[in-house]
Amino acid sequence: MDFMVFQYPMITVQACLDGILLGILFALIAYGMALQWGVMNIINIAQGDLVILGGYIAYFMYLYGIHPAWGVIVSPIIMYFVGVGIYKLVINKVVDRDLFISILATFGISILFMQLMNFAFGADVVLANSGYGTTFLFDSAVVLPNSKIFSAFVSIVFAICLVIYMKKSKLGRAIRATAQNARAAKILGVDTEKVYAATFGLNAALCGVAGALISITFTIHPYMGLPYTIRSFMIVIVAGLGNLPGVAMSGMGLGVFEEFADYILGTEFRIGSVFLLLVLILVYRRFKLSRKREYLK
Amino acid sequence: MKINKIILSFISAVAILLSTSVVSFAKVVGDKIVLGAAISLTGKYSSNGVHTQNGYNMAVDRINSMGGVKVGGKTYKFEIIYYDDESNPKRAAQLAERLISQDGVEFMLGPYSSGLTKAIAPVTEKYGVPMVEANGASRSLFTKGYKYLFAVLAPANLYLDVAIRTAVELNGGKGVRIAQAFEQDAFSQDVRLGILDAAKETGSEIIIDDKLPKELNDMAATLVKVKQMKPDVLVVSGHTKGALTAIRQIAEMKVDVPMLAMTHCDAAKLSKQHGKNSQYALCASQWHKTLTYKDNFFKDGMTYAADFQKEFGYDPPYQSAESSAALLVFKDAFERANSFDQKKVRDALAATNMQTFYGNIKFAPGGQNVDKPMVLFQVMCDGAGKCENKVVAPLKWASAKLIHPIPKWSDR
Repeated sequence: MDFMVFQYPMITVQACLDGILLGILFALIAYGMALQWGVMNIINIAQGDLVILGGYIAYFMYLYGIHPAWGVIVSPIIMYFVGVGIYKLVINKVVDRDLFISILATFGISILFMQLMNFAFGADVVLANSGYGTTFLFDSAVVLPNSKIFSAFVSIVFAICLVIYMKKSKLGRAIRATAQNARAAKILGVDTEKVYAATFGLNAALCGVAGALISITFTIHPYMGLPYTIRSFMIVIVAGLGNLPGVAMSGMGLGVFEEFADYILGTEFRIGSVFLLLVLILVYRRFKLSRKREYLK
Repeated sequence: MKINKIILSFISAVAILLSTSVVSFAKVVGDKIVLGAAISLTGKYSSNGVHTQNGYNMAVDRINSMGGVKVGGKTYKFEIIYYDDESNPKRAAQLAERLISQDGVEFMLGPYSSGLTKAIAPVTEKYGVPMVEANGASRSLFTKGYKYLFAVLAPANLYLDVAIRTAVELNGGKGVRIAQAFEQDAFSQDVRLGILDAAKETGSEIIIDDKLPKELNDMAATLVKVKQMKPDVLVVSGHTKGALTAIRQIAEMKVDVPMLAMTHCDAAKLSKQHGKNSQYALCASQWHKTLTYKDNFFKDGMTYAADFQKEFGYDPPYQSAESSAALLVFKDAFERANSFDQKKVRDALAATNMQTFYGNIKFAPGGQNVDKPMVLFQVMCDGAGKCENKVVAPLKWASAKLIHPIPKWSDR
């Protein structure tokens, strides 16, 4: 245990800012998960692997001399079609089944993606350099890499665009209708099959954006997907489905929690503490539910 | 229906053919000495696994084309049976069993990484199969009393020992303040133990001692502490992720530290991926092409590097060089034993005392190579941003002068 983080106020500020910037990025991935969980009732274990695949797209652009920031445009476009492809091949066969089947199916996709990425891109850890500088705050006591600020900014822009799209566009309305009641939507003429495919594609596209941002801010590696799946799962569990402000808040909360866990318990418990928090929250929710005699829907 | 039958019989014919051909492989067949190796060709170690395999293949071709191995007046050629262990220790142990009991292999080459070597060593030991390994440096491999395990590389606890001693020397013999961050794996923890020993002996103080997770991609917290506490040396070991993450975040957060020492820089292609940001980093390495060790097969490091480049299209990392050296050790031991008796070969291996292009090789009773020091190189870049690794310590092999302390970011 190390309480240095509380002894120096500037470290506390640094940890909070780092956590918030990171959390916004997590929230973007979680929002994608919430979207397709809400609409299709599928928990996508391959979420993190889609993120990493998106990261590789930005990385390859960087390798060929294109600035990786363009990855946030290109990667979602490619990933949208990857998502639709996965839907057509696998997900449409499990979409009406129970949750367990879909978890198994996406778990399989996750393993397949990991191995394919390893096969295609190699097991090396890679990153894309954005060349963005650093912002110094408070007489350079707090340092924020511009790449993290850029990530958070892009995540917010995409989240806002998505909210507007969901509210205003025809497909957005269809998606929301299907989420509320798939059968009713179908009767009223919504092509739910199309809606499902588009939803899965949108989710993959969001993962693509997040992946491109992660390749700029951190590192990517074929086997690094699972922690992102767990984080987004947790954020969605806390925030509930279809609750964007909730997702954003719990994303940032998780980011700050992780940073503080890192300082206090040590970096080795960073991911571990997320898992622990997940267990605690699930136990707590179960406890609350049993008191209210409700089903978790 | 008929077609199905034909396909079925075809498949079974092929299967029978394959199985008989596998059985006919064994230890020494005709003029071939068959060695077995389980190597990570897929999975998370696959890039270093391939470096290992390339190193083995390069040496096999070279030794075979230069007359092979002479035992009992007859010449033999090396051949290696490879299996892919999928970077998985359990699988590696199974494959070792298979190589020995099914394929009849009597001599083994090591896999990549300490973890996998640890999984295989009990198997080779059980069957009394001599294994020369080139990529398992963990100290715990050499304290188990294994009799058939020989490692051509220096043990992990010596990796960054030189760095601490150099820092102390530059500090006028007084102890230094060390910040360290190590991944939670066998190898990095051994490197850490080595630092603890060196710190104790030199009267240095460890002011930050962080552990890094396997899924590491953010070590900002450690670096913020480093900024606050201002240590004299920052030591990082977390395989390629650790090296890449550290350099990225040190540059982004403009962390000033007089000395930065780490492992796995060349595997991480640090200077290629980070360019000028990686400048001044000190890296522990088992080998560097500019070292002036010599042998009859590869001549010296520079020639080895050039030949390797020609054959595989990239500069050899030390993982390849040490793997090639393992074959040279085997050849030497076979010829001195003048026999294929496993016990005699084992004794000959234990008595090895030779120089290869990779370094001197002499095994301690535990099996580790005690005759080859680690080297430290520093990433140095010219004005145009072209970076090169130059050996700076120990002084005997240095091809450039260590730049110390590292210039502040504000002055770069």
